[in-house]
Amino acid sequence: MVDKILLAHGSGGKLAHDLVEKSFVKALANPLLDKLDDSAVFDVSGKLAFTTDSYVVSPIFFPGGDIGKLAVCGTVNDLATSGAKPLYLSLSFIIEEGLSFRELEKIVASVREACGEARVKIVTGDTKVVTRGSADKLFINTAGVGVIPEGIDISGSNAKPRDKVILNGAIGDHGIAVVSKREGLSFATKLKSDCAPLGGLVADMLKASPSIHALRDPTRGGLASSLNELAQQSSVSIRIEEKKIPVREEVLAACEMLGFDPLYVANEGKMIAIVPPEDADKVLKTIRQNKYGRDAAIIGEVTGEKVGRVVMKTVLGSHRIVDMLTGDLLPRIC
Amino acid sequence: MKYITEFRSSELGEGLISRIQQCSQKPARFMEFCGGHTVTIFRYGIRQLLPPTIEMVSGPGCPICVTANADLDKAIALSQIPGVIITTFGDMLKVPGSRSSLEKAKAEGAEVQTVYSTMDALDIAEANRDRSVVFLGIGFETTAPTIAASILQAEERGIKNYHVLSLHKVCPPVIKALLDSGEVELQGLVCPGHVSAIIGSHPWEFIAQEYGIPCVISGFEPLDVLQCVEMLTEQVEKGESRVEIAYKRGVRPEGNIMALKLMERVFEPSPALWRGMGEIAGSGLKIRSEYQRFDAEADFDIKTEPAVEHKGCICGDILRGVKTPADCKLFGKACTPENPVGPCMVSTEGSCSAYYLYGDGHGG
Amino acid sequence: MCLAIPALITSINDKEAEVEIGGISRRISLWLTPEARVGDYVLVHTGYAINVLDQEQAEETLGILREIAEGVGD
Repeated sequence: MVDKILLAHGSGGKLAHDLVEKSFVKALANPLLDKLDDSAVFDVSGKLAFTTDSYVVSPIFFPGGDIGKLAVCGTVNDLATSGAKPLYLSLSFIIEEGLSFRELEKIVASVREACGEARVKIVTGDTKVVTRGSADKLFINTAGVGVIPEGIDISGSNAKPRDKVILNGAIGDHGIAVVSKREGLSFATKLKSDCAPLGGLVADMLKASPSIHALRDPTRGGLASSLNELAQQSSVSIRIEEKKIPVREEVLAACEMLGFDPLYVANEGKMIAIVPPEDADKVLKTIRQNKYGRDAAIIGEVTGEKVGRVVMKTVLGSHRIVDMLTGDLLPRIC
Repeated sequence: MKYITEFRSSELGEGLISRIQQCSQKPARFMEFCGGHTVTIFRYGIRQLLPPTIEMVSGPGCPICVTANADLDKAIALSQIPGVIITTFGDMLKVPGSRSSLEKAKAEGAEVQTVYSTMDALDIAEANRDRSVVFLGIGFETTAPTIAASILQAEERGIKNYHVLSLHKVCPPVIKALLDSGEVELQGLVCPGHVSAIIGSHPWEFIAQEYGIPCVISGFEPLDVLQCVEMLTEQVEKGESRVEIAYKRGVRPEGNIMALKLMERVFEPSPALWRGMGEIAGSGLKIRSEYQRFDAEADFDIKTEPAVEHKGCICGDILRGVKTPADCKLFGKACTPENPVGPCMVSTEGSCSAYYLYGDGHGG
Repeated sequence: MCLAIPALITSINDKEAEVEIGGISRRISLWLTPEARVGDYVLVHTGYAINVLDQEQAEETLGILREIAEGVGD
């Protein structure tokens, strides 16, 4: 009984075929995938959104999720930031030889569960197995396709002065949950990754306000980096208030201990919305009705001075620039 | 978070700011020596809140920034020895030495592991008995006792493959050297709170008595720094020069006797090389001969080429408070956090990094 | 330099302790603070308690800051 993935499982032969059929297709079954053609063929009308991403998180299992859930949610959320309804995903595995079947199956089960919640289908995929040391247990690559409803025009370059900046909840949960398990830095916490599919939340938001200007999901680089990207793309300035940004106490504590700034810690279930001022309260109310938006808040607004920059009003009332994250978030002693 | 959140109160902050503004009449330049204070000052925009009579200048208190290229080169050379696992605080990873950095060495195959504590480094050593685990000992008197404790623990647990490269430095000699150079005129010193938690308040007395400069030992929350500035201002207005402890919850006048004892057991004073200031006698810590078997300098044949300083980099002048990042030709152009030329841009506490990240590239 | 944060000691085992801050917890060393007890707050730097925090002094300092905030209005 083979309990570990071997190089042969990626070679295209019988073992590989069995792996795909029994472990992947059976779990993720849907009419398009079941055909097992080399490409999935489907009809879609309307403006399409298309995205791709690779997932290399370590450890592959972390509090609140795993790399499988992350792959689905990350792809779905990228599509959602264009205002698209996510439909179909591709799923490619690059597996390090020696990964246990048990772990792989758990991850595939997570993928299935996340697809169910997000109402998307995996319609095509690929599997490669590489020699020990060539991949960190498992890498996943995805691509995703979604349809943008008529009349929706969302882009990072659409932010306008006076727009409000809304965030759907507390920042930093994912990054800190992952770091809590990392060798050399670990600590105990009840904190879980906020990894979640936000397609449904975005659909609700667009119903409340089809005029939303921009959406961004602040993943690696944190809230600060995404806000900087938006400010630069739209040639505006974004002003936020420190005391309005929701952060859990555990995240603050871990950041204090390791020397991180929560503004730069990764999220996987957060959405920034740049909304015309007259719609802000309505959108906020809508977000708060969703389970992924209970702690939503208006954290700032868009202005025209200091174009391309993000400025934060500190708790003391002073102002400071919030720059993009450069390089990795590294723990420090000083 | 208890004992943190209370010291970030905007209401109490307003009170301190008003008091400072009311009190401060004479122009005063205060130096914050400790990189942690630099971060607090920039992160909370404290410069903006102070009256124009008060100027804050940053000193050489970032242990990463003051580590000379020659020492960084030793760490990189160690990482390239087969069988060695470097364990280090995250701060050191990206600092450029003469030709490379630990991050680059890691990308080229060196085993470099970031740890939060020497406790983690000891665990790594125990789990990898066939390898040599070298810990990069940086930091001032706050960190040195923890490294000393790690060596004593290695001895107790019979961990034979744990070594330390001691790049530790101590504060009072460098402050003396700075004041003796006459390059910067100061009316007050914001003294490092956690270094003082270890060494107490006595080692700062010479500054107040021989140099007539008020000293206040400060904590690291924004209210702590504001309270410190308030106390320095009062001394300046009254023409006094004393050492005061503002950070009373963290610092006792006698310091931490146990920590000092452990430090003394494992380390002895030695000359040390400071970026921008050259060699300063008695400002470094060398592992004593009784613990030589844990000393990476003794245990390994560390081969380095002559150290090279980067042309145009004025980190040294910035560390001495003589110039600001805005004076540097490389700042924001050739030297940015993504491509740092000097350590002041790498370390989150370095002046250049703080100016760049928090201050619109031109100062807080 | 020297990031050190106040953490509450929840249990002690020989020279090590379990501390809690803001809902997260970690094992730390008491080599530098053998006098620390369960219920104390200690300043934790790189996994070592470097001092026992003086809670009375903390309250006193906050009291002084409150007085300053109130007094300034006069």
